[in-house]
Amino acid sequence: MAKRIDVSGLSAYYGSHKAIDDISMTVEPRSVTAFIGPSGCGKSTFLRTLNRMHEVTPGGRVEGKVLLDEENLYGTGVDPVSVRRVVGMVFQRPNPFPTMSIYDNVAAGIRLNGGRVRKSELDGIVEKSLKGANLWNEVKDRLDKPGAGLSGGQQQRLCIARAIAVEPQVLLMDEPCSALDPISTLAIEDLIGELKERFTIVIVTHNMQQAARVSDRTAFFNLAGVGQPGKLIEIDDTERIFSNPSVQATEDYISGRFG
Amino acid sequence: MSDLTLDETVLADSAPLPPAGLRHPRLPRWAPAALAVGAIVVAAAIGLAAGLGNKVQWGLIAGVLFMAALYGVTAFVEGRRQAKDRLATSLVWACFLLAVVPLVSLIWETVDRGTKVLDGRFLSHSMAGVLTIGPGGGVYHAIIGTLEQVGLATAIAAPIGLLTAVYLVEYGRGRLAKAVTFFVDVMTGIPSIVAGLFILSFWIIMLDFGYSGFAGSMALAILMMPVVVRSTEEMLKLVPNELREASLALGVPKWRTILKVVLPTAIGGIATGVMLAVARIAGETAPIVLLVFGSQVINTDPFNGAQSSLPYYIYEQWAAGNAASYDRAWAAALVLIAFVMILNLVARGIARWKAPKSGR
Repeated sequence: MAKRIDVSGLSAYYGSHKAIDDISMTVEPRSVTAFIGPSGCGKSTFLRTLNRMHEVTPGGRVEGKVLLDEENLYGTGVDPVSVRRVVGMVFQRPNPFPTMSIYDNVAAGIRLNGGRVRKSELDGIVEKSLKGANLWNEVKDRLDKPGAGLSGGQQQRLCIARAIAVEPQVLLMDEPCSALDPISTLAIEDLIGELKERFTIVIVTHNMQQAARVSDRTAFFNLAGVGQPGKLIEIDDTERIFSNPSVQATEDYISGRFG
Repeated sequence: MSDLTLDETVLADSAPLPPAGLRHPRLPRWAPAALAVGAIVVAAAIGLAAGLGNKVQWGLIAGVLFMAALYGVTAFVEGRRQAKDRLATSLVWACFLLAVVPLVSLIWETVDRGTKVLDGRFLSHSMAGVLTIGPGGGVYHAIIGTLEQVGLATAIAAPIGLLTAVYLVEYGRGRLAKAVTFFVDVMTGIPSIVAGLFILSFWIIMLDFGYSGFAGSMALAILMMPVVVRSTEEMLKLVPNELREASLALGVPKWRTILKVVLPTAIGGIATGVMLAVARIAGETAPIVLLVFGSQVINTDPFNGAQSSLPYYIYEQWAAGNAASYDRAWAAALVLIAFVMILNLVARGIARWKAPKSGR
């Protein structure tokens, strides 16, 4: 089910401000691609262009092409809503819907999309998604309790379960562990390792050890200065990026020698 | 090893704080109370000596004396900062009392005078065939009128207000949104009599409809709409953007996101806002006098003929100017206050019931 993403010549703007400049890369299916780079270098913006969430921000617009298995996400007549059904997203801070129970949170993607699903079928999807997010055993006895009552790490796994319940092809994760403790982080990282069997995963992280642990390929982003657009410096196999990168800036950033 | 020594030096530097510098003499706990009693006694003495008949004057003298004495004593014993703290605290308390006294006295007065004729008969009978100079009669027709007029006004104003607020928060960009915000602000300031005159000239004079509860409802809706827009807008703004994004990222269309995620999250606050707006218009008299005309008999049809309403009934009974009608006016006032209070309690109940649950 996982799909390949081909980005070519992509620039994103906030109003007149150019946030990322001319990025081209390929994200392989059934793999984990990590984006690293300093704050403000456009990693998150770039991630959000991959499921057209960027244009939700007022003034956000994009130039260039993003091909999802040959289909341009920014082609004429493409509905952003259907793009987002194929490319799911997990955010930095866990954001379960506060008015909904754990069950309803996981079922939200299906219910809110207006799908008429039988109860038994929905039960199966919820169980499968929660198991997929390694949360089933912790919450199976309290599915009707509010999702906001879980711990931060559990909430984040609930959000992952919610994202995978709609069976996307690609899963984008925007610093999914930055608000979590090391144990919850480990749980999420293990989960990413399992999920990559089924999905194409793109993860933004500030934690270089995390990028080295979970990803197959790593992309390094940088910006020339404050107010300048972010650029893709290089993308390569994670091992190569962390052992022998081809650009000096990457090595400086990874080893902490910058500025 | 080096870490350890570092820790020790830090501890050695910060641990033995000079205890003398942190302790200051404190006034005993009973001191403010004692000063208050003293101030009252002195004020009473001054009042008696000067022959001041008005007890309010005694109270003001006592208050000023108390604050001056408290400030002086505290400044002497505890220092100037604590003295200012106590002065500010007593000022806040004084303002609180100033605000509460009228409220309590209003409720006390209304309950005291209103309960005289308030009973089941009063609530279930109209003024049909009752002489205003004599006892008897009731408020039933006015309750019916108020419920219908306020209900219709809410049915008009709440959906329009809600949709306007959704537009302003979720969709509104640029000039149109600014213009709408501006006109909502202007509408907030419309005096109720002006709203009444507008409907009078438009609905009754120009379109030639008769007096009716519905005409009053339209004027009330004009008054209610900006309040609903404003409160709903604030509540929608409180919904975190992350929830909208979470829903959009699941491939949920924007309208469904608003309907199923944003509104349910804010529904408690929205309900409270609508109820408060209802409470605000339930006491309006001017549009009712102009548009509903007032009536002595039960008229359950808000679209045809004159009706009464609680505020109008109070005005009418007070204007009749005799002991029996005064009693009825007070009782109706009590009914109106109770009506508004029940609405507020219901709103709070809804807000608590619908509030996002933490589950802890």
